[in-house]
Amino acid sequence: MKTAKIISGILLSVGLAELPARAESAPAIAGSPDRSRPPIPGPVKPFLMPKVEKVILSNGLPVWILENHEVPVATVVVGVRSGAVSDPADKPGLAAMTFSMLDEGAMRKTALEIDEDVSFLGASLRAQAAWDVGVASIQTPVARLDKAVSLLAGVVLKPDFPESELDRLKKEALTSLLIARSEPRQIGSRALLQAVFGKSSRYGLPIGGSTQGIASLTSKDLRAFHSQHFKASNAILIVTGDVRPSELVPLVEKEFGKWEKGASVAQEFLLPAGPKNRKIWLIDRPGSAQSVIRIGLPGPPRNTPDYFPAEVMNTLLGGSFSSRLNDNLREKKGYTYGAASRFDFRKAGGLFLAQADVQTEVTGPALKEFMIELTRIATPATAEEIERAKNFSALGLGFELETTDQVANQLLEMAAYQLPADFIDTYVGKTFGVTSKDIQGVAKTRVDTSKLSIIIVGDRAKIEKPVRDLKIADVSVLSLDDVMGPLPVISKD
Amino acid sequence: MKKPHVRHILGCVLLVWGLGASAEVTSTRINVPYEMFRLKNGLTVIVHEDHSAPIVSVNVWYHVGSGRETPGRTGFAHLFEHIMFNGSKNVPEGAFDRWLEAVGGNNNGSTTNDRTNYWINLPVSAIETALFVESDRMAYLLDTMSLARVDQQRDVVKNERRQSYENAPYGMVEILLAEAMFPKDHPYSWPVIGSMADLSAASHEDVANFFKKWYGPANASVAIAGDITVTDARRLVEKWFGEVPASERLTPLASRPVLLRDQKQLVLEDKVELPKLYICWPAPAAYSGSSMALQALGDLLADGKNSRLYKRLVYEMQIAQEVEAFYDEGALASNFRIVVTAREGQNLDRILTIVDEELKKIAAEKPSEKEVTRVRNQMEAGFFSRLERVGGFGGKADMLNEFYFYTGNPGFFDAYLAQIRSVSPKDLQAMTMTVLGPGRVLLSAVPMGKKDLALKEVKP
Repeated sequence: MKTAKIISGILLSVGLAELPARAESAPAIAGSPDRSRPPIPGPVKPFLMPKVEKVILSNGLPVWILENHEVPVATVVVGVRSGAVSDPADKPGLAAMTFSMLDEGAMRKTALEIDEDVSFLGASLRAQAAWDVGVASIQTPVARLDKAVSLLAGVVLKPDFPESELDRLKKEALTSLLIARSEPRQIGSRALLQAVFGKSSRYGLPIGGSTQGIASLTSKDLRAFHSQHFKASNAILIVTGDVRPSELVPLVEKEFGKWEKGASVAQEFLLPAGPKNRKIWLIDRPGSAQSVIRIGLPGPPRNTPDYFPAEVMNTLLGGSFSSRLNDNLREKKGYTYGAASRFDFRKAGGLFLAQADVQTEVTGPALKEFMIELTRIATPATAEEIERAKNFSALGLGFELETTDQVANQLLEMAAYQLPADFIDTYVGKTFGVTSKDIQGVAKTRVDTSKLSIIIVGDRAKIEKPVRDLKIADVSVLSLDDVMGPLPVISKD
Repeated sequence: MKKPHVRHILGCVLLVWGLGASAEVTSTRINVPYEMFRLKNGLTVIVHEDHSAPIVSVNVWYHVGSGRETPGRTGFAHLFEHIMFNGSKNVPEGAFDRWLEAVGGNNNGSTTNDRTNYWINLPVSAIETALFVESDRMAYLLDTMSLARVDQQRDVVKNERRQSYENAPYGMVEILLAEAMFPKDHPYSWPVIGSMADLSAASHEDVANFFKKWYGPANASVAIAGDITVTDARRLVEKWFGEVPASERLTPLASRPVLLRDQKQLVLEDKVELPKLYICWPAPAAYSGSSMALQALGDLLADGKNSRLYKRLVYEMQIAQEVEAFYDEGALASNFRIVVTAREGQNLDRILTIVDEELKKIAAEKPSEKEVTRVRNQMEAGFFSRLERVGGFGGKADMLNEFYFYTGNPGFFDAYLAQIRSVSPKDLQAMTMTVLGPGRVLLSAVPMGKKDLALKEVKP
């Protein structure tokens, strides 16, 4: 690729802790491989990052373009810098519904007509809200790029929000909430958000909102959200794939150049402090074969200075197959099909989460192992573990940027969180720069075991006593309605 | 499958602009160049060069799945897949993942009725680590195998079954449908996950015998796709796999289509909120002359707002929350399935009536050329998007092996595209008439204690 440049820092030597240092040995003779130790990898080949072409349209809308001519497809993404955190307090779910409704009628075309146009192109159109942004995107064969961009612009700029379609989507969303009441993993996730962030914070509910919030939405609400947030000054356009800027820019200028500039919409959102004490919440699901365990804490924001230490620490704790949580609860104990942890980074701070679904009979012992690992992570890790976690984080990501969709998502993340332009260039160096001390430090501050919220969805009759007997925290029992809200009422007309 | 989650845990922070594929796509042809050769021990090797990023995927298919199991040992092929990650003579227990992660690699495996696949994605500079661990387990798995290791993965697999079947809403349906669709002695009549009793019964001896019988190099194929030359790949594969003891080539299982003469009805009470209707027909085997048309028929019925069933049941009448229609293919036999989740208070009998009405419409009048073009365009776009990845499930290395396994031709890409493009309105009508006939299984999954919400006894 002609526009590629070499990422600095990538040629750092890769330390492989399990490998004894070995002099440059002659290549093994064919037919007699050396199986006494793992092979020593060759020098890491430099990763190449094509240049992102940045253009600004006449109305100020930024356009980021990344060319890739391998497959004749392109992805075009409109990112709006407002998401679920912009929901009014009494309308949780408004942002999600507004984005879902974009292609349900626009430019005076019906939902079916839009779908017909899109699918005839062989394209796929998606629109959804996240916490801090909302996205409408189209992936299309480049031969039909003009029409695809025109359709995308139509649904983003001129949605009609028809009452009848809103009514339909509300029923669909409420029915999904009804279905979620029978899904232990969904119950667990919802209960965790509520326990960690409280009922009064928007973070206490999923992006989709609550039964009451969804039921209250009107076309007027959607129009108001659209007219406040869908402005050129509050958005970005990202294009990846088999496109040429010289042809693309006039096309997007034609379709998006007249988008009203508007005022930028700053959204102040404060992360709730979270519970002061460790606490266990039990939700009864009689007859469950497994207990769904979800453990959480308020997490750091996306632009936290300890982002890299947090990622490496998490890789070691529960972010890879050989991580401590999975190795202990799955490989050593056989309690579960998989145990994991992660940070869900957001603009104002997010969530730290550790989880596993464990066999009912071992719910108590499994929880005990979670506590052991979440505590032990603050003590020094071995050099081998740290090297492995850093290499896994730094070197293995090539497979996550293969497709035009993946690349577009990455650019959107950089835009949404205003990451430094050299974020990618310095990623490997910063990951390798994380020290043992950094890992302990971030474990102590970000995995505060004295404040954990612990959710268990399972067969109360079998698990309550073993859980209480651990004496690690107060135990409260929640009803399904406490977690999921009242049973949705869905009119049948 | 070995793991419940793939690497997404690291979030979207990504590094390599390793874009796309070296696949050459024009409006008329698609070309994924490859070279295929066979080692002396019988191992088939397929190499595809893609130099767009410094990454590579090593993908191994063993041509054995749950269809080769014997009664009393169901679930064994999948349990065995798990055991394959637990160490071999020169790879200590746990080292498989530790060594690969230490060089930036990721891996997983999965089992179906027909085959078991394994992939390792990693930076190309570390490819020998992948070849070492893959060849070591192919050659020396049994040297350090113990009953304790079998027991450990047995517990994990039982938890996989609990998580994906017993504790999952509608999870037990797959198990009932396999039983209902195939006669007792048909290799597809038991589920890949197996029964709890059979998983408990699997012995160390079973592991040894299964390995010796099915995991020889002549019953496997290795596909390597990525930033490596054919010459280098060949040299390295010979170096690491050359010493694997030779094995006999095995005869593929003969295709064994089934026929249902009548309509069978089943009811499952489950911890669910809404009734769900499963309609299941026997269908021709994978990669047969009808396969692409059956895939297209699934899309015509339930992909997108304008698809026949979605439009009618979900969009217009709003008596269903969701509808799926798909061709579920296997080397011996397949089935075609329509699945509808009812809205609260809606009646499965009414839903079935509407489904049947829609099928009759297609039988009476073939779909328009425009409608079928829409379906073909969507299928084509879906196929192209798979070509963007070299590794993982469904990436290019996996597709080379899939095409080789099912058609004998790893370069089936172009033919596959031609098949998509040749699907005609008449084909879809013919499939509806010949495959979606009166012999079928109707399964109602209903909330506990609400058997009255199941389909009434209907005569075909």
